[in-house]
Amino acid sequence: MDIHEYQAKKILSDFGVKIPTGGIVYSPENAENKAREIGGSKWVVKAQIHSGARGKAGGIIICNSPHEVALATEKLLGKKLVTNQTGEEGKIVNRIYIEEATDIKHELYLGLVFDRPSESIMVVASTEGGMSVEEISSDKPESIMRLKIDVAVGMRKFQARELAFGLGIETELISKATDTIRGCYRAFTDLDATMVEVNPLVISKQNEILALDCKMSFDNNALFRMNNIAELRDKSQENPNEVYASDRGMNYVSLNGNIGNIINGAGLAMASMDMIKLAGGEPANFLDVGGGATPEKIVKAFKLISMDTKVKVILVNIFAGINRCDWVAEGIVQALSKIEIKQPLVIRLAGTNVEKGNEILKKSNINYIEASTLEDAANKAVKALG
Amino acid sequence: MSIIIHKNTKILVQGFTGKIGSFHAEEMIKYGSNVVGGVTPGKGGITHLNLPVFNTVKEAVDQTGASTSILFVPPAFAADSVMEAADAGIKTCVAITDGIPSHDMVKIKRFMRRYPKDKKMGLVGPNCAGIISPGKSMLGIMPGHIYKEGKIGIVSRSGTLGYEAAQQLKDLEIGVSTSVGIGGDPINGSSFRDIIEKFENDDETIAVLMIGEIGGPQEVEAGQFAKENMSKPVIAYIAGLTAPKGRVMGHAGAIVSAYGESAIEKVELLKECGVTISKNPSVMGETVKKVLVENNLN
Repeated sequence: MDIHEYQAKKILSDFGVKIPTGGIVYSPENAENKAREIGGSKWVVKAQIHSGARGKAGGIIICNSPHEVALATEKLLGKKLVTNQTGEEGKIVNRIYIEEATDIKHELYLGLVFDRPSESIMVVASTEGGMSVEEISSDKPESIMRLKIDVAVGMRKFQARELAFGLGIETELISKATDTIRGCYRAFTDLDATMVEVNPLVISKQNEILALDCKMSFDNNALFRMNNIAELRDKSQENPNEVYASDRGMNYVSLNGNIGNIINGAGLAMASMDMIKLAGGEPANFLDVGGGATPEKIVKAFKLISMDTKVKVILVNIFAGINRCDWVAEGIVQALSKIEIKQPLVIRLAGTNVEKGNEILKKSNINYIEASTLEDAANKAVKALG
Repeated sequence: MSIIIHKNTKILVQGFTGKIGSFHAEEMIKYGSNVVGGVTPGKGGITHLNLPVFNTVKEAVDQTGASTSILFVPPAFAADSVMEAADAGIKTCVAITDGIPSHDMVKIKRFMRRYPKDKKMGLVGPNCAGIISPGKSMLGIMPGHIYKEGKIGIVSRSGTLGYEAAQQLKDLEIGVSTSVGIGGDPINGSSFRDIIEKFENDDETIAVLMIGEIGGPQEVEAGQFAKENMSKPVIAYIAGLTAPKGRVMGHAGAIVSAYGESAIEKVELLKECGVTISKNPSVMGETVKKVLVENNLN
């Protein structure tokens, strides 16, 4: 789960990391007042969407008066911002963060992630803040420092100190920098984060170390014990069909094609999508209804797929293991008695009691195309597009 | 032979008395697995499915001599149960549980390193289908009847895609020595490399089918290992050709975030390692058969 910049920065400040003074607003009038409240003579108006690269997309505006802050807020609120990370549909701006402008001396990069090869937590730091980590890796790879942390003892002070000196931070600021780095580490571990990225982490002309921007992602599997984090979810930043699916316990990812998929198992779902592509089609979605594929789940899946207007053909591919094909077939018959499907429907059943399953489908009054193998199913789905 | 589990492997079920644990324990017993008891803290002393229930894994190991466990404990308590198994001297633990937080997984892996090599537990999973050595023992949630006894080792992240492969092989009258599901999580117990190494050392396995997917470095690591250390042919299929970058495809670990993690890149890197690629998921069985013929192994 992703959260907004202002939420991430609030969390960091709870862990002792300094952030510029700022506040969230939902209207231009609010914004003007907020700017006055913050004080100073220069402000940054920042569109809050779940994406990086907002600056290049026009989502960050520097203002020299509270009136300008109001105008900038008006300009951004309610707009869809398209960045190189949002896809062409963009993301809606419903919240604006107003912040005092910072006089920047140095911009640094600090990130924490899980490192899959070493199965530990890795800190990544660079003197080249302000660019994306991908850009730093390709343009200035020599500036990157990586440090693996042993989770049994956590990040030791000397490790944070090594990073701080490695970043070229002046001696009198080392202690502040060490606290900042360790604060980020504690936020990462205490809150079940999967990513904490402070970019840039800046040293101001006033010799403060500040988190100027921050992105955080959290482990969905840990939200059961992180109520305060779960509350930060902003569904307006997610695809509505994906929200519908996740609220009902289904794994769904919306894609650009026109063949809708209902499949059990994540691996089989990815494989079926691949087959569709190889057959010359494009999948409209990834959908894993789970191992069980019970009638209730099949009904929900059909509802979900029928919400997607792009879908021209529906492909159902179920490998029945412990649950048998005859149960799955009955589930499909039940589902289709409750929902009207206008698109051509291709069904491939495999596994336990496949003959019985196909028999049940044939005897029902469902209008469908039967398929035998994965390849056959994909070919028939593409052909049904006409 | 087979790998990890054999006919007489003594099995404990952790989370034995729960609905899911009970259901699959019964299926395993029906298949012929040597389930010797289970653990549910607080229910020690009762009998469940005609088998003894213990409060702790230590007690269960003492009383039954079990070497292996399968875990159906809910995500919130699963990490603790895995560590308990490791500490009680269990040699192999298969964690079926889906949804264990990543921060718990790194702690589990760190905890397991406390033990010297000869006492260290092997963890398979989590979020996996488990292990089956057809005709001998089933330590998992798969439909046992789709696996024919034979000589192909299967290792797969995905459960259903592993079933698909077993069915394709069976339709071609090719059997399986052992099939291992290593699970779809980003941080898992056993890697592809760990499992294919066991297949290389297994007398009865003649070739290995590896079913991977997008995300993480493990498929390519296994390819490197195969290139340098394996005499047996390796066939692979990688799912997720159409998966967009940066999105999680069902499995928590199925996300492309670095070079070498997309399906196309993995396929290229595996080819360089001499692994034969099944070009689509519908021909996994046929590709295995072709490799067997080419190597005079059929």
